[in-house]
Amino acid sequence: MISNSPKIGLFIPCYVDQFYPQVGVASLQLLEKLGCEVSYPLGQTCCGQPLANSGYERDTHGATRHFIELFKDFDYVVAPSGSCVLHVKEHSPAIAGLEKEQAELHHKVYELTEFITDVLKIDKLEGKFPHRVGFHSSCHGHRGLRLACASELNQTPFNKARKLLENLEGLEWVELSRTDECCGFGGTFAVTEEAISVRMGKDRLEDHLAHQTEILTGGDMSCIMHLQGIATRNKQPLKFLHIAEILNQAIA
Amino acid sequence: MSHPQNAAEFLKNQAKAKWHDETLWFVRDKRDRISKTIPEWENLRNLASQIKDNVLANLGSYLEQFEQNAIKNGIHVHWAKDGDEHNRIVLDILQKHHCTAIVKSKSILTEECHLNPFLEKNGVEVVDTDLGERIVQLLHQPPSHIVLPAIHLKKREISELFHEKLQTEKGNEDPTYLTHAARLHLREKFLGAKVALTGVNFGIAETGEFVVCTNEGNADMGVHLADVHVACMGIEKILPRRKDLGIFLRLLARSATGQPVTNYNSHFRSPAPGKELHIVLVDNGRTAQLAREKFKNSLKCIRCGACMNTCPIYRRSGGYSYGSTVPGPIGSILSPGLDMKKHSTLPFASTLCGSCSDVCPVKINIHEQLYEWRQEITKTHGELGKGLSMWIAAGIFKSPLAYKISGGLMRKALKVLPDSLIYHPINAWGKSRDLPEAPKESFQQWYQKNRS
Repeated sequence: MISNSPKIGLFIPCYVDQFYPQVGVASLQLLEKLGCEVSYPLGQTCCGQPLANSGYERDTHGATRHFIELFKDFDYVVAPSGSCVLHVKEHSPAIAGLEKEQAELHHKVYELTEFITDVLKIDKLEGKFPHRVGFHSSCHGHRGLRLACASELNQTPFNKARKLLENLEGLEWVELSRTDECCGFGGTFAVTEEAISVRMGKDRLEDHLAHQTEILTGGDMSCIMHLQGIATRNKQPLKFLHIAEILNQAIA
Repeated sequence: MSHPQNAAEFLKNQAKAKWHDETLWFVRDKRDRISKTIPEWENLRNLASQIKDNVLANLGSYLEQFEQNAIKNGIHVHWAKDGDEHNRIVLDILQKHHCTAIVKSKSILTEECHLNPFLEKNGVEVVDTDLGERIVQLLHQPPSHIVLPAIHLKKREISELFHEKLQTEKGNEDPTYLTHAARLHLREKFLGAKVALTGVNFGIAETGEFVVCTNEGNADMGVHLADVHVACMGIEKILPRRKDLGIFLRLLARSATGQPVTNYNSHFRSPAPGKELHIVLVDNGRTAQLAREKFKNSLKCIRCGACMNTCPIYRRSGGYSYGSTVPGPIGSILSPGLDMKKHSTLPFASTLCGSCSDVCPVKINIHEQLYEWRQEITKTHGELGKGLSMWIAAGIFKSPLAYKISGGLMRKALKVLPDSLIYHPINAWGKSRDLPEAPKESFQQWYQKNRS
């Protein structure tokens, strides 16, 4: 546990705020259960990622300035999304007059599971979750933030989310055929390359179904929104939860 | 045609698209497994990347050193600023030798320069001798993959083609039988060709020699039977020292096909007595790419094709969907440098998943360059629609109030609008996916009610 109760700012991505408030609630409650002092600065909008990935990083100065001003005074900023954290760290444009704050922010913004394992230094969570859980690694978390070892690399295997999940009593971890293939969401890619995006999503779902996944989880709700959208349309028998929801339920 | 349209077309044949994905995944998986048998794999990648950085930083002097040593070895050295000049140089050599039929081993550079149609127009018969390349040549198609040129074709299609062109038995799809027929057919071509053309995998500045890697031995077969060998080499293929090859040859075969080593790594240094050896050094846009700070390290590419095999988009859309000589992720960062307008959709044919960068043996930051090309392309070729809606979003996102109002409206709209409107065909999200159920309140509203 960290000393002197550092102040943690909860960064809730815009689509989570609008479509998945329960993921925001779970993230907040989970961090509180782990002894953190968390607050959610009001007035959050969007980090600007959809624009930047579409080739309009230059139009995200406003969103970026707003983000820095909102979060600069926290000791840590934590978000239930690898993708948005990666954007803030790597793709937000330099903001004149806030250089120092921006540089500091890039070192104190964390994805939720890496915050728990790397900052809170928690390796094992005590709790119970008796389900077969399939984990979808979002690429931006996986290869961007290195939350787990990429299958392409010759490295000692590690997976921060798995470390937190697999100690939960009753949880069965699903081994997939393709452990870290992209689901095909990709932001605006989901719309501009609709055919491939859907094919990729279907292939991921087939891998989970072939290995009897009961609950499909992950660190990024955007991937899950895409996968759930396809599964619902095709009436596939899968449940979907963000990893924050599982951890929060498990350690109740 | 744009990449999304071509990809949608490719995916119409679902069974074949699935087969294509699984075939290339098999190659990637083989590469993963063999790379993990080399404890120093990541170190090799670092070394290769650093050597290539050094090459790019000193390209001019290495090229001059290579030229001097090659001339000392008795090689004729030619310089071509673009594809046209390259093609004319090759044709001049052929005409000097009154040659009207050549054999050619695999060279993506000559594809890039469109050498075959140019020579054919000038009365020269060109026979590609790599089996995969011969197959696509007989079909009048370009290669769909830089290492596996005919990977998009199934056995049955090749059997039908060979039955028609090489008079093999109708319906015989046995790969050994078909390969044997191709071998007999190619052997005649090898025996008749006075000039053999090859590509170059590595040119060694220190010695003036070059290395050609093939699995079929077809480069050697062609070169040893011909009087004249013409080797075509992109200027970025230089390595400083012969000992650097130890790193690159280990990486190349494992990354390309998961083999421990390419079957034939042939070194060419001097012409055999009474024969001629030419090398054509080609720029064709490479120095322009070298001048682009964000994109120059794309020139480190050793053409192993690993980024294609790993790319979830390439595997599901096929090489032709890219409409460029080099397809896949590396092609999508090389091609916009040659013609940004023509290739404007390619950097968007990616989810930026990063697998290409992690698989790359010379550590090119491919997915980051895809992101950077997007920033360049939208400056000049942004489609109005995309630009406009994004601009509105930028306005919303810098203002919390505007965001709150539009977000609330969106959630309400999703609740009250009929499905027929939400899932209208112009709404690409809803064609094959449901939207999430709209919650009654946002997280921010929940927080204000419950915590502040």
